[in-house]
Amino acid sequence: MTTIPQGAHAVRDQSAAATETTADDADPKLPPPVVYLDERFGVAKGFGLFKKVFPDHWSFLLGEIAMYSLIICLITGTFLTFWFVPSMGHVIYDGSFVPLKGVGMSEAYASTLDISFDIKGGLLIRQLHHWAALLFIVGIALHVARVFFTGAFRKPRELNWVIGTILSLLACVEGFAGYSLPDDLLSGTGIRAMNGFMSSAPVIGTYMTFFVFGGEFPGESIIPRLYIAHVLLIPAILVGLFAVHIFLVFWHKHTQYPGPGRTNTNVVGFPLLPVYTAKAGGFFFIVFGITALISALVTINPVWAYGPYDPGQVTAGSQPDFYMWFSDGALRLLPGWLEFELWGFTWSFNIFLGSLLLLPLVWTILGVYPFIEQWITGDKREHHLLDRPRNAPVRTAVGAAAISMYLVLAIATINDIIAIKLHLSINDITVALRVLFFVLPVIVFMVVKRLCLSLQRADRETVLHGTESGRIMRTPEGRFYEVHEELNEFDRWHLVQHEAQRPLSLTAGPDTDEYGVDRPVGPLESLRRKLSDFYFKDRIEPVTPSELAAAHHHGEAEALPGGTAQAIEESVDRADETAGLRSDDRP
Amino acid sequence: MSDDQIAVHEPHAKPTTYVEPGPADRFENPGLPPHRPRRADVDDAAAKRAERQVTTLFGLSILGTLGFIVAYFLVDPNLRASILVIGHVNLYHVILGLTMAISLLGIGLGAVHWAKTLMPDTEIVEERHLQASDQEARDEAAGILSQGYRSAQLHRRPMLLLTAGGALGLFALPMALQVAGGLGPLPGDTLNHTVWRKGMKLLIDPSGTPLTPEMVTQGSVIHVLPEGFAGESSHGEDGPSALEIMEVKATASVLLVRLNPELIQSQKQRDWSVDGIVAYSKICTHVGCPVALYERQTHHLLCPCHQSTFDMTNDCEVIFGPAKRPLPQLPITVEDGYLVAADGFAEPVGPSFWERGE
Repeated sequence: MTTIPQGAHAVRDQSAAATETTADDADPKLPPPVVYLDERFGVAKGFGLFKKVFPDHWSFLLGEIAMYSLIICLITGTFLTFWFVPSMGHVIYDGSFVPLKGVGMSEAYASTLDISFDIKGGLLIRQLHHWAALLFIVGIALHVARVFFTGAFRKPRELNWVIGTILSLLACVEGFAGYSLPDDLLSGTGIRAMNGFMSSAPVIGTYMTFFVFGGEFPGESIIPRLYIAHVLLIPAILVGLFAVHIFLVFWHKHTQYPGPGRTNTNVVGFPLLPVYTAKAGGFFFIVFGITALISALVTINPVWAYGPYDPGQVTAGSQPDFYMWFSDGALRLLPGWLEFELWGFTWSFNIFLGSLLLLPLVWTILGVYPFIEQWITGDKREHHLLDRPRNAPVRTAVGAAAISMYLVLAIATINDIIAIKLHLSINDITVALRVLFFVLPVIVFMVVKRLCLSLQRADRETVLHGTESGRIMRTPEGRFYEVHEELNEFDRWHLVQHEAQRPLSLTAGPDTDEYGVDRPVGPLESLRRKLSDFYFKDRIEPVTPSELAAAHHHGEAEALPGGTAQAIEESVDRADETAGLRSDDRP
Repeated sequence: MSDDQIAVHEPHAKPTTYVEPGPADRFENPGLPPHRPRRADVDDAAAKRAERQVTTLFGLSILGTLGFIVAYFLVDPNLRASILVIGHVNLYHVILGLTMAISLLGIGLGAVHWAKTLMPDTEIVEERHLQASDQEARDEAAGILSQGYRSAQLHRRPMLLLTAGGALGLFALPMALQVAGGLGPLPGDTLNHTVWRKGMKLLIDPSGTPLTPEMVTQGSVIHVLPEGFAGESSHGEDGPSALEIMEVKATASVLLVRLNPELIQSQKQRDWSVDGIVAYSKICTHVGCPVALYERQTHHLLCPCHQSTFDMTNDCEVIFGPAKRPLPQLPITVEDGYLVAADGFAEPVGPSFWERGE
């Protein structure tokens, strides 16, 4: 059966002519350059790769945004190195930006001003670089969220998830190193704070700062060292890990959303040539183009407005780039009493917790999550079909709660801005955020879990009772009811395809054996059962065929109190129809 | 709540294995839905239209690229203009950015539109295979490994493996040691002192004017550097290097405020002041930002980085925020009419560090 799109009038007259384009070139020849390469490298053997199928979904583009932003950063960053001077040597500025003429500053800052004012188009490249870096991390964050909430991290992709988490941490560190390079007042303040973070490390803190800064703060080493980390060390690891990351996507084949025809053992989508070459290649240019558009119209990091770094100066409202907000916010929320003297040494947990410990901690939790969930479910199967987030209510709620914690910390970074804009006391805001950090995740967890369960119930409703058709029927007695239209089997499959995970306490059998003797359960296993209960105790099972059949027998009669025998007969007929459809269509 | 819906319950299953939910009563995957052709698949006019749209977009891209090149050479780089909503901008930058955006978006949108309207949209099914190899392949791999292990005689001479492992585990240490050892000097007690010494004049930052008590009026806050590190005196041939000045600013910056002497609460604070004029380290005891905001009415000092708040009337104790320790006070006195340091700081200034309490 072919449905004809609206407005395709040409088909009416010549429906026979309306066929798919087929290969009319019956005897294709390999182009000479490919023949040349094939003779040397055997490339023709690898051309099967172009037939590789990728599934289509907008949410798969989020990772692509990150990938393309990384490429834009690499291109623009390479250009910037031609002009940027990574030196803290002292110069007197003599460029074309009048307000800073004659001011003493580092060569790094002076060369950044030159890029912005004296090199034609240099400002555009700088802005592209900074915006692409921000977009890179936004893309990563959204991509991580997509992968998490759809359960794409499950076996066999756990290790690729770990690689991804390392990549996202490196991206943040790379971003921090990058925006520290211009040596302006804002970024210098960031480096000063970094110096403070390192000092707070127990035992090795002082040594660490002296080694990283090449002596006492600020010294003359930090910019050249951050520079080589920013342009070589971290990018090399980033690009290397990213290559593995994307190779594994090819190797595993991309996950897909569940749907009719999509199974755990296939991939349904479009081939690399030509469709994905055009779509993904085109999307690179779209991402690049939008970055250019933003860079043209919205100024980011106007270093010329901040002035050169001076350790004795600071501007009110100093914030890092957004991806470091949560760490800076944590520093603002952690109370001072977390610092104490013990055994003659200073333990600065008020600083250490929010900086040196927080980052590894967040990323470690992120990295180990797949293994924890797998341990709880005991599910060792491969998963190539994604979960709809609502069908994994506790995972979705845990993720949402974690995001809410992150957001509280991030918002704490702008507590001074909020205080000024909303005329609130900064002390009240800070105290409120301290409380929210603990309370909000609990509320978010409960709300999101309930929302997921409600959405699942709504799905059941839709399957059992169909969708509203807008047709009002009148019974012979004069009663009115709206006809509900049953879902077709393709639409229905979306709502019934999943399996509701059951808690271990149910699937693992009773706590006593057949003679009524307790089975011993170790403390670890006991914890696992408890967690499994926490995850899967509340759940909504998908509709089964017999439930649907039963709904046809009972549902409509209920909807029609005092309904006539005729109405009931109708519903019975329709239920039979459905049952027939199912058995007929079985492959 | 829905435990009553559980149908599967297998009493004899092993305690930890996952049990497949019963397959009996489940809907079956109906397979791919029928393909719906797009307009351009069945309507030649629509296909023609799509082609025109794509070529137009590609054409726009070419124009954008040419526009960028023309603008690069012909537009004045210092051209400025006011744009609605956005405000005052460097027009040269905006034109370059916009033409580049057109050049890129033309290609991107054109390619995607091409793919969506004219390239095949029939979904293709590709089979997927389990990641794990079959037992035969695993056995073969095990054989290869074992053969390699035995042919290297490791099964008979375990010391080979132990020493090789030890050597490989250690060989990178010299490299690591060189890097770590060469990165910076040992801290020593650098962090315990600043350049402040007895008798050093207090100079206004940045002018370098020496301060007399009369210059410090009530309600004003003066940023101070030690003698020799501000103004003219710091620029001369034998003056400090730019690096030294930066380090002094990062450690020895001081805030000078005149308080009503009656407000001062501690005896130490009074002893180290001159007629209510007090000097405190400007470097925050949290992570080292300059504590630059002074609230005149409350005599609070606020650090703009993380909002640690210090009470100047109470020896700069922390009254809010993440800092723990008060700002260190610099003892001052008057010598020949000028304000000078009566001594250096009695404790390390700036952020906390491990050996601080020693």
